[in-house]
Amino acid sequence: MNIRVIPRLDIKGPNLVKGIHLEGFRVLGKPDRFARYYYENGADELFYMDAVASLYGRNSLVEIIRRTAHDVCIPLTVGGGLRSVDDIREVLRAGADKVAINTAAIARPELIREASRMFGSSTIVVSIEAIRHADGSYEAFTDCGRESTGVDALQWAMRAAELGAGELAVTSINREGTGKGFDLELTRRISESVSIPVIACGGAGCVADVGEVVLEGKADAVSIASCLHYDFIQSHEMIDDDFSAEGNTEFLRRGTSSSKISPSSLAAIKEHLSENGIACRMN
Amino acid sequence: MSDELKDAAKGATTGRGFTRNRMSETIRTPTVAIVDFGLGNLYSVLRACERVGLAARITSSHRDVLAADGVILPGVGAFGDAMENLRRLDLVGPLREIHARDTPLIGICLGLQLMMTGSSEFGDHQGLGMIDGPVVHFGRPAEKNSVLKVPQVGWNRVFRRACDEAAVDQLPAAADDPWHHTPLAGLADGRHMYFVHSYYVRPTDSSVVLSVTRYGDVEFCSAIRVGNTFAFQYHPERSGPDGLRVYRNIAGLIQHHAGVEEPRHAA
Repeated sequence: MNIRVIPRLDIKGPNLVKGIHLEGFRVLGKPDRFARYYYENGADELFYMDAVASLYGRNSLVEIIRRTAHDVCIPLTVGGGLRSVDDIREVLRAGADKVAINTAAIARPELIREASRMFGSSTIVVSIEAIRHADGSYEAFTDCGRESTGVDALQWAMRAAELGAGELAVTSINREGTGKGFDLELTRRISESVSIPVIACGGAGCVADVGEVVLEGKADAVSIASCLHYDFIQSHEMIDDDFSAEGNTEFLRRGTSSSKISPSSLAAIKEHLSENGIACRMN
Repeated sequence: MSDELKDAAKGATTGRGFTRNRMSETIRTPTVAIVDFGLGNLYSVLRACERVGLAARITSSHRDVLAADGVILPGVGAFGDAMENLRRLDLVGPLREIHARDTPLIGICLGLQLMMTGSSEFGDHQGLGMIDGPVVHFGRPAEKNSVLKVPQVGWNRVFRRACDEAAVDQLPAAADDPWHHTPLAGLADGRHMYFVHSYYVRPTDSSVVLSVTRYGDVEFCSAIRVGNTFAFQYHPERSGPDGLRVYRNIAGLIQHHAGVEEPRHAA
């Protein structure tokens, strides 16, 4: 099976942002240019996450989805603040191919069954955002890693699969945005417990991390943000429009990147996977 | 931007069929019905049609289906629910009629599976019966260390006759090419398409097999052809520039059949 490499774009208002541990977002630019670039350079899918929708109970993504879907014809998964079958329908209508649900699914697991029945299992991705405790257990969190649920992440993964999820997107909140590599144990334990594909999210700092989470973490797909975004920013002139919005743009103006993240292109990542005997779709 | 994308974008903005229309007033715009039976996400199919200049609409009306120059039967979800909805909407007869009179009919994913005799998904269900053969499950993966996850989700290679890695990127001469004059025309062997499925079709008559794909140990029929009925297990509308080429070829087929334009699928 070809391993999928999926750029993840966290969206806040009109902007592409990136945080650490799902918090402290800084503005990286307008998502459209990034999405288009990744599509043309071999992205297997795109994953949009409305970084604040769950918090404010609104969905600001629809316009961005509409524009992206017009430009890009690879699968587009959208998550963040989707609470009902009607919310899901709205983003599908705007052009998403799949939706990712977390907070609403933990609050009412039957939503997974209803949505997969209505839109097909393959349309429903359950997003699991987990924090590792000192005793080695993992707890599922909601609302972008803010709310504790008491739910064991592994138990929840199996339950979500039984209820009809088509895929699981598994994020380690401990690692997210840090560039320290994926949580291999979390990914592997979930991937080996379910028969549906698992997308590893959170922690990629360099190309080697990506190969590792496939070989040791048994991931079926890998979602990457910082490495790709910083590579894009380094290789492109920012345009005035990128600085027009409110938010923390200081990082963009300084033009520095986090020292723990080695920027890398989709081509470099896929080349690395290929060299390590991991099948993937080359452009 | 690749040439494929530029072509597709040009097709969508100028509308190839429509330019011809203005030149020769008598020719009408061909219509495409995307069959909506209440399951799945049809918008990516609609967008792909728009990009290649097809005047498509999403519809549940059997009148629209029967009047269309081309019909697309997409779908994700459960086989049994889909057939039940098609019956409730009185679409079973019209779809069989479209197939019988050789109007271009395109099946995608579940749309392909529905064309078969039947499926054992969640109990036994009768299909549209256009093509003899069952719909079967990949099989449950082994408990641990399985490389074969079900559903298959992702990009996989599509071949003409056999899944031969050595034949990747070869494009046979038109005269020897089983994909000549089909929606797959112009695609080299072994190109990647996007798949999402747990079941696949096993046609009784191997001559209807248009493409084959390997997943784990299973080599399966990933597209079929019977006359002007073409159906794909994969999603060309999500398969990047190669997928757009398939849609351009479908547009050519429908326009040609409607007498609007010369066939373009040899391009």
